[in-house]
Amino acid sequence: MTPNPYFFIVIFVGVALAFPILPLALAWLWRKFFQPSKPGVEKNATYECGVESLGEAQVQFRSQYYLYCIIFLIFDVEAVFLVPFAVAFTGLPVGAFIAILVFLLLLIEGLIWAWSKGCLDWAR
Amino acid sequence: MTAGIDEGLRSELQRQGVWVTSMQELYNWGRRNSIWPLQFGLACCAIEMIATAASRYDIARFGGEVFRPSPRQADLMIVAGTVTKKMAPQIVRLYNQMPDPKYVISMGACAISGGPFKQGYNVLKGIDRYIPVDVYIPGCPPRPEALLHAFMELQRKIDGQKLTGDNKAEHLDPGQPSEFPVPAFGEHDLEPAANPDLFHPPTIQR
Repeated sequence: MTPNPYFFIVIFVGVALAFPILPLALAWLWRKFFQPSKPGVEKNATYECGVESLGEAQVQFRSQYYLYCIIFLIFDVEAVFLVPFAVAFTGLPVGAFIAILVFLLLLIEGLIWAWSKGCLDWAR
Repeated sequence: MTAGIDEGLRSELQRQGVWVTSMQELYNWGRRNSIWPLQFGLACCAIEMIATAASRYDIARFGGEVFRPSPRQADLMIVAGTVTKKMAPQIVRLYNQMPDPKYVISMGACAISGGPFKQGYNVLKGIDRYIPVDVYIPGCPPRPEALLHAFMELQRKIDGQKLTGDNKAEHLDPGQPSEFPVPAFGEHDLEPAANPDLFHPPTIQR
């Protein structure tokens, strides 16, 4: 009689279960019969970096950086427009040059406005 | 459990291909060949410790290559370097968080006594003021070979630890503390300046 061709999977599962359970069970038995349990305040502390924990974990942060991020994004996009402008600079007609100049002036005005509103100051 | 078999009979059996062991020997064999050190360095000795762990000196030959970043998984604390008074509470706390059995190697002159910085106002004059030390390695810094030697000495110590009887290993004694008081900053110094239960410096009789 030939065994079921999937029989090796059963063996495999058995070994896979025994492999972690056996050492854990041995360790548990060892602890139960030989090793005296010595819990303590420090030992059971949550953090294990050596420094005593202070205060609560649920602390709210002010997202002070988001204005910086928005302004940075705008000027990043500006740089993307400036690169093709700079590459094609020598072959540009006057109209295109004035158009990009207007675009730059608009953004510079925006920067001055943001600056004067205090968006570039830390921790308003 | 310990005095189970005669040593001569054991070697005779080994020659015939029969391996006889005891629970204690098996336990200590496993422990001494898988000492996991806590991964932290304090000063220049840590560089030597890193060299010991790297391929040239290769502490893996002795089973100590698994440097653990968590004290919960570590067996051995290698105090490698100058212990400042600011760092001492953290070290004691980390030692307290290690599970038993735990061992300490005091590496280098600074960890033993403060070393060249002994006269400094901010240096602890030996980590054995707060935690029990198993092996001291002199040197400034000790070479990797010296650390390996200390490691082997520790393995020898673990090998000799008894599971039962009157002189059984300290960590098996329920009365033996596993945690030691963490020093705190006082007005001028760490308080207490040393653990009086632990630190018994030799007194000079004149």
